[in-house]
Amino acid sequence: MLSFAQILISGILTGALYALVGIGLTIIFGVMRVINFAHGELLMVGMYISFFAATLLGLDPYVSLLIVAPALFVIGVLIQRYLINPVLKAPEFNQILVTLGVGLVLTNSAQLLFTADYRQVRTAYSSLTWGGNLAISVPYTVSFLLALAITAALYVFLMRTDLGKAMRATAQDREAARLMGINVERVSMVAFGIGAAAAGAAGTLLMPVYYLFPAVGEPFTLKAFVVVVLGGMGSVIGATFGGLILGAVEAIGSLYASTGYKDAYGFVIFLLILILKPSGLFGRSRV
Amino acid sequence: MAVDRGTPNAEATAAERAGEPLLTVEAVDAFYGDAQALWGVTLKVGPGEVVALIGANGAGKTTTLRVISGLMRPEAGSVTMLGRRLDRLSPHEIVEAGVAQVPEGRRLFPLMTVRENLEMGAYGRQARARRRETMDDVFAMFPVLKERREQLAGTLSGGEQQMVAIGRGLMARPRLLMFDEPSLGLAPKLVRGIFETVTAIRDTGVAVLLVEQNVPQSLAICDRAFVLENGRTTLSGTGRELLANERVKTAYMGL
Repeated sequence: MLSFAQILISGILTGALYALVGIGLTIIFGVMRVINFAHGELLMVGMYISFFAATLLGLDPYVSLLIVAPALFVIGVLIQRYLINPVLKAPEFNQILVTLGVGLVLTNSAQLLFTADYRQVRTAYSSLTWGGNLAISVPYTVSFLLALAITAALYVFLMRTDLGKAMRATAQDREAARLMGINVERVSMVAFGIGAAAAGAAGTLLMPVYYLFPAVGEPFTLKAFVVVVLGGMGSVIGATFGGLILGAVEAIGSLYASTGYKDAYGFVIFLLILILKPSGLFGRSRV
Repeated sequence: MAVDRGTPNAEATAAERAGEPLLTVEAVDAFYGDAQALWGVTLKVGPGEVVALIGANGAGKTTTLRVISGLMRPEAGSVTMLGRRLDRLSPHEIVEAGVAQVPEGRRLFPLMTVRENLEMGAYGRQARARRRETMDDVFAMFPVLKERREQLAGTLSGGEQQMVAIGRGLMARPRLLMFDEPSLGLAPKLVRGIFETVTAIRDTGVAVLLVEQNVPQSLAICDRAFVLENGRTTLSGTGRELLANERVKTAYMGL
């Protein structure tokens, strides 16, 4: 029983990071109707920035969020403006190729610049635990809380600010949004920027507990995709719960079946959702 | 709407005082891919006028509105508002210049509340500064929307949705409000309300360009009208003149 509780808690803590990656993907999909297959690679870029901030500047990974998020925002805006916007009216297949291509370029550039070596940032708190016998990881807990805080901030942004509302309006009816005087090109750049920043932030939050190499992002693109489909394409609330559910399912699957198939459990629920409730759990939510 | 909406976005210019039209569409050609949809379309809307644009399905009415609102670029010709070229501007700049639209099928943001939909109507810089005041005016015009302001737009009845769509257009504080088939799909009782609303909006000093399949009612309330046939403006005149026109009677009123 103790190990079940332990595993479930650690799964949910990891799930908040999946949620954050998924939220980025779902915002980009919602506003642009483009699936960003470079999403995990943006997480990887965020991790490298965080890594070098730690090794070169001596910054704590959590502090480096303040550098990573704005940097990824700018990268996202540039990707939207110069690579995605030109293919927005092109067939979906072309859009997929563009985002896949961006991902490949990022991974291979990282390999060229930083080699394929595994890297890690060891912090004083990396192996600390709390909760007595439950032995809950302190950095996972901190990352969980920060991920939830970022999610809550994004929620408030989308619900309360004019720009956030314009994003939701653009997601619901792009042409009507144009007719309202919303500059949808600008809204799209901000949306991609926020989506990329969310991925980068998730990478930074992984830094104290994970290792880094150029292809680290790949599985995260797929996980983000599972999270988004689970919650309902375009729904931020859905991605939040989708992430937590995916984290829990992976953990429980690892406990009762095998750790070796950890990545497969997500796809099982992915298929179940597609069969049973294709619109996702929160497909018609406001955010 | 009995409430004074104050001065519209742009102040009256010299051109306007000289009795020049508010909006001029001049010899516009427009294409969908290789297919030409508009051939030299020409029309004018004066300040504070209701101008009806009538024609059969596929005659180019909606295309004309798309060109004016900047969703489509004309291949030839021009669109000007009080002497300023609109046809090279982006849609959001055209809204800022004082042209708003109530689109066909309403096109509300279904997962946003009535209030949020109205706020989006006033997204432009000038309109946003007076958003609260304009919203009060819209609520005065459609009291039911005030009651339903926190309800999701997608859950309203068809008539209420049309009120939100019109209110959202007014939120931009436009000098010209374009309606695309506002009575489509509404019960006959509600249709009369729509035409009364159009007249009420005109009475506040906002010019209206009305695209409607209900030709008799449109001609009855408009100051002037243009007839579009196969992408060309073929007839124009006052509403009364066109009501008496034999061709209009047989082609559009089934008489």
